[in-house]
Formats: sequence, C-alpha cells, structure tokens
Amino acid sequence: MTPRGKRFVLAGVVLGGAAVAVTLVLNAFNSNLVFFYSPSDVVAQKAPQGRTFRLGGMVETGSVKRQADGVTVRFVVTDTAKTIPVEYRGILPDLFKEGKGVVAQGKLEGETFRAQEVLAKHDENYMPPEAADAVERAHKAAQQSKTTLQGVKP
Amino acid sequence: MIPELGHFALIVALFIGLALAVLPIAGAARDDAAWMGFARPAAQAQFVFVAIGFFCLMASFVNNDFSVINVASNSNSRLPLEYRIAASWGSHEGSMLLWVFMLCGWACAVSLLSKRLPLAMVARVLGVMGFISVGFLLFVLLTSNPFDRLLPPAMDGRDLNPLLQDPGMVFHPPLLYMGYVGFAVAFSFAVAALLAGRFDAAWARWSRPWTTAAWAFLTLGIALGSWWAYYELGWGGWWFWDPVENASFMPWLAGTALIHSLAVAEKRGAFKAWTVLLAIAAFSLSLLGTFLVRSGVLTSVHAFATDPTRGSFILIFLAIVIGGSLTLFGWRAGSVGFAGRFDRISRESLLLGNNVLLVAATGAVMLGTLYPLALDALGLGKISVGAPYFEAVFVPLMAPVVLLMGVGPLARWKQAPVGELAARLKWPALASVVAAVVLPLAAGRFSAMVAFGLLLAAWVFTTSVVVVLQRARGGSDQLLKQSRSFWGMVLAHVGVGVFIVGVTMVRGYETERDVKVSTGDTVVVSGWRFTFKGAQEVQGPNYVAARGIVEMQREGGGEVTVLHPEKRVYKVQGMPMTEAAIDSGWLGDRYVSLGEMLDDKTWTLRVYVKPFVDWIWGGCFLMALGGLLALADRRYRVDVKAMKTEPTPATASAVPPVEQVAT
Repeated sequence: MTPRGKRFVLAGVVLGGAAVAVTLVLNAFNSNLVFFYSPSDVVAQKAPQGRTFRLGGMVETGSVKRQADGVTVRFVVTDTAKTIPVEYRGILPDLFKEGKGVVAQGKLEGETFRAQEVLAKHDENYMPPEAADAVERAHKAAQQSKTTLQGVKP
Repeated sequence: MIPELGHFALIVALFIGLALAVLPIAGAARDDAAWMGFARPAAQAQFVFVAIGFFCLMASFVNNDFSVINVASNSNSRLPLEYRIAASWGSHEGSMLLWVFMLCGWACAVSLLSKRLPLAMVARVLGVMGFISVGFLLFVLLTSNPFDRLLPPAMDGRDLNPLLQDPGMVFHPPLLYMGYVGFAVAFSFAVAALLAGRFDAAWARWSRPWTTAAWAFLTLGIALGSWWAYYELGWGGWWFWDPVENASFMPWLAGTALIHSLAVAEKRGAFKAWTVLLAIAAFSLSLLGTFLVRSGVLTSVHAFATDPTRGSFILIFLAIVIGGSLTLFGWRAGSVGFAGRFDRISRESLLLGNNVLLVAATGAVMLGTLYPLALDALGLGKISVGAPYFEAVFVPLMAPVVLLMGVGPLARWKQAPVGELAARLKWPALASVVAAVVLPLAAGRFSAMVAFGLLLAAWVFTTSVVVVLQRARGGSDQLLKQSRSFWGMVLAHVGVGVFIVGVTMVRGYETERDVKVSTGDTVVVSGWRFTFKGAQEVQGPNYVAARGIVEMQREGGGEVTVLHPEKRVYKVQGMPMTEAAIDSGWLGDRYVSLGEMLDDKTWTLRVYVKPFVDWIWGGCFLMALGGLLALADRRYRVDVKAMKTEPTPATASAVPPVEQVAT
C-alpha cells in the first residue's frame, strides 16, 4: 500500500471510530435525560408515567409522616397551587425540612411519586433552582387567572 | 492596616503583570535582549507581591479581623486555627486569590527552572502567563476584592460552611488549583511556540515536565475531592457526575491526552499541531471549569455567590483566551505540520487511538455538563443529565483506552510487527481471561460487569509485567538503567489497574442498608454484625453532636471495633451535619452514619460495606506518583545542547528533521 493509501485507511479508521462514539453518546444522552416537573405539571398530566423525572417544590408543613419501619417517609410536595404525595425509603439529607425547598428524583406510580433519591442541599439558605422555579410558575399562573377573571367582570 | 497592605500588593502585582504581558513578547519580536531579559525578574517580583497579598489575607483570617467582609462572612472566633487558615480559600474571593497565587507561583518556577531555554522562548512563555495573570488580577480587584472592609466591624463572624470544616479543605483546593492552573504553563508554551512559529522536539521536551506536573497535581486534587465527598457527605458515594466534578474532570481527560501526545511530539516529532491544540484545550477547559464553578451558574458547595458581573467577566476572559489562541493557531498551524510518518500498527497509531478516545470522552462529559445549562439559560426548561448517561458513555469509550494501554508500551515506534506484538501479548491475554472468570466466582457471585472490569484490570497488570520483563531481556541489571520516566509510566498504568479494581468491586459487591435501630439492636450486613449501643451528646469547639456508638464484629466472632458516627449541629449557622464513621482496610470499608433520631433510644442508621473502595483513591495516588517520578527523569535536567550533539538511540534512527522554522 502506498503511504497515501495508508493515510486514508488511518483517517477512515479514526473517522469511523469517531462516528461510532458520537452515535453511542447521543443515544445514551437521549435515553438518560431527566426532565423536571412541578406539582402543577404533574396534576395536569404533563409528567410521564413510568419514566424517571424530577419533582420540585416545597415540603408542605406538617406533611412529613414516618412509616412504622422507621426508614420509609411520606411527605407532600407543593408549588403553593397543587400538591403531590411523595414516598421515599431511606435516610433523608440533613437539610430536608418542612416548609423548605426540595427536589426529588423518581417515578410516578399512580397518584404517588416514588422517589429514588431526595437531593441534598449544601447550604441552609439555598433553595434548589428547580424548586424555586416551580413555586414561581405557580404564582405566575395564579396571577394570570386572577387578571383574566378581573377582565371577564363587567 | 494588613488588609490595605494586601490590597496594595495586589495592585502592584497587576502593574507588574501588565508590563510582563507586553515587554518580553514585544522584545522577542524585536529581538531586543533587554526587553526579553525583563521577563524573569518581573515574574519573580510579581510572585512576591501576590504572595504578600495572599499572606495578608491569611493573616486577617488568623487574627479574626472581622472588619473585613470576607473574614466576617467565612470565619468565626471559635473556628480552630487550621480551618481559619483554610478559610482563606473557603470563600469565592479567597479562592480566586489562591488561583492567582498559584499562577504566579508556576510562572516564578518557570523563571527559575528555565536556565537552559532560549531567552526568546522564556520571554514569550512568561509573557503569556503575565497576560493570564492580568486577567485574573483584574477579576479579583474589580469584582471580588477579598479585602473589602465592613463598617462597623462585625462582633463575630458567620463561620465557615460546616461542610468545609474538614482536613480535606486544607489540601483539596490548593492541590486542585495547582493542577488547574498548571495547565497554564503548557498553554503558554503552546502559545509561545505559535508566536515563534517554531516547533521541534526540544519544544515538546521543555513543555512535557510542566504538563506532567500539572496533571499529577490535578489527579491528586480530584482524588482527594472524591475521597472527601465519600466520607463527608455521608452518602458513601465517591463520584456523582455532578457538574462541579465534571468541571475538573474535563481538563484532566484533555490533560491525559496531552501528556501522551507530547510523548509522540518529543520522541518522534509527530502530532505537533494536535499537541498544541490539546494544550490550548486543556487550559481552556480549566478556565471553563473556573467559570462554571465560580459564576454561580451551578449551585453547589463550590458556588458562593451569584453575581452576574463575575460570571460575565470570566466568560469574556474565556472568550479572549480561547478565541485568541485558536486564531493564532489557525494562522500558524500551517507551519506546525503533521510531520513524521508511521505505520498503521505502531506506537504512534496506538497513541493516536488513545487521544481520539480521550477527546471523545471529554466531549461526552462536556455535552452532559453543558447541555442542561444551555437549555436553562435559553429558557427552554430544566433538565438534568445524571450518572446513568455518563456511565453508559464512559465505560465503552474508556475500555478500549485501557486495552490500548496494554499494547502501546510494547509496540515499536514507526512500525510494530503484528506477529511480534501478538507473541508478547499472548500470555497477558490468557491470564486476564482466566482472572476474569475465576476471581468473580471466588468472590461468591459472578456478574458480567465484574468479570469485564477485572479483565481490564488484569490486562493492565499482566501487560505491565511483560513491559518490565521486555526491558530486562539483556539481564536484570538492564532494569537499573531504565529511565525514571519509564518507571513513572509503568507505575501510572498500574495505578489505572488498581483504580479499575476498586471501581469494579465497589460497583459489583457493595451493600447498602438503611435501618431503624434501638439501643441493643444488631444488623447483619455482608458478614459483619453492627450493634447499636446508643448515642450520647458531646461538645465540639463550635458544634454540639450526638455521637453514636456502634460495635462492629465479623459474623463468626473476632475482634470488636467500635465506631462513632456523629450528627453535629454547628452553633453559628445552626446547620446539621453528618459525620460518618469508617473502618478502612485493604479489602474494603465498613461505613456507618447516623440518620435521624426518632426517639431517645431509636435512630435511623445507614450501614454500608464497600469492598476495595480505597483502591479507587490508591490507584489515583499511584497515577500521580507515576507522574511525579517521570518528572524526576534525568533528561529534563541535562543540557539540551548536549542532547542535540549526542543523539540517543531512540531518536537517532528515524527522527525527521527536528526543527521547522516558519516561513
């Protein structure tokens, strides 16, 4: 083979390898994206059944109930408009508190969100951006319906 | 007074940096020896002034000077001394000053250890580093001054984030920054070569030890961060594919590709353009990491403040550095050349494979890290890309790298006869397959994942043995003659094998249990009995804690070990913290952490048994040690001129003309 031919073969192998890598990456990327939904989204049935997603909002005050086994916890996540019951088995992060922001990752099973993971925060004053976003959207929606109603009034 | 002194020293350093960025490079262009000669003393003087600034900040922390905002927000009079020192880099402002301090430290080291380099090269390298220091000093002085005063002074400070009150805080940031910022040297060498339009084997040889040093520090820094997260966060995980971790991992991957392509550039004069590009990429990724972590784009323990001016400042600087260096590259690349010919099967082609795969892996990590941020910035919704993506991508991309790693050191440069390679690899291949089948069965439970991981690890170990035996063919005294960089390579590769064993065994055989326990209850996990003996209150210097007592014993009896996991509440911030108790050993860790107190005698308890987990960090340590050993190689210290007149056997036969002067 001429040096030129060899070079083409080499370039071909490299490009082929790169193509395989890109396909692999994009494929894995597509099937592993985790989307984020607020309780209002879930009530409006925007969230998928049986696929992992993230749910964010505030832990409703007085909603945290520990089951008899001691390690299963039920609580309610709210974005101030709608609420979703969550069940989690395991030890909650240190900064999990009623009335504070929370992000849980898991799957919807019927009405209940079964969390595989409750995300830890690193700072007392820190609100997870997803949770803040959920509450903000709920507020905006409430504002909007208010103004719409006012508009309807004669 | 001390804060003002520090502030003033930084301003002086900025002006020295401005002169350093302009004069020597202009001098190199005009061939003016006086201007070029300014580079070394300027770099040293700048380092002295930045050091004064840095130690003034440290003194403010040590003296509890709460009239400085930075100290008042991140320290407390009851904080132990070592953490008051570490708090100097525990805030955004302080950590950026550490960044500049490291950068000037590297530049000063270059100025001291470059006696054999041509003056024009030194001038250009230090000039580029001066330019970078100007960017970061401006950033510190204009947007993040660590010496801003607070009037009236606070009575006491708000304390350091309890997560950071750990020995890890003393070592992790300086080591990581040494690595991050160290790539600035490789970058400056690359830009200097582009400015000069001159690439030769000598250039690669000069830039190689600096790159290896930065890479070794980065390896240590990342490993230490991972270990810290493992014992401190109380979750028992060692890597979370968190964007902050990825920010440090991307430069590491690019840097790993770079040290391998530099080997080809030095020994064979090939891959030059590619090497320059990788050097630019490694430092750009370090800057990108700084931007991601420091701009507040990511919220984590590493992100301190969300201040848009800071983020945009780094972003603009990033654009200047990447844009400028790539433009220069585009302009000069033609003169760099892809010199050197080699066969399809040769050490060059195997190293090319290594580079392509490592760069692909960097790209994959980058996609998973930046895509969610980009979507969010464009207001297209919030998504996250978790560990499953990175694992799905990473393992298939890295497994071939590990296989190549066994073949590369055995292959000849230029052209490697396939028959000879196959003969050398026959026994390692056989031994690895046997190990992959037998070891998981011996461990008690066979799984394809474990078998595959152990296959890779065994391949690394056995091929390393063959590599060493190969060098000893002419008698065992031959081994004494091998260079330190050879042993460094072997050690680093063995480190990768050790790392793979750790990852595989933890993944395959770890057991995690979350349980409710009352005083006297026993839990059995993976052959170990854990008996909860209750918890008592203890007082720390700046916290109160519930300290649990857990007795641990092998199921068949034997020595009893007492573990003390703690649940602390730090007084100033009122923040709860879990301190896990870990019993470490060669064959694995027993890990216990307290959950919540349910009543006087009942707690939730997390119990993990993690086989071989310490091999993960041990492997990283060996990799870094290998890097440092290679750094001590004799050829980086002997006179370059002497090397040229007396070609070594490796370069004598087939090296193309080593100098290419730009037209």
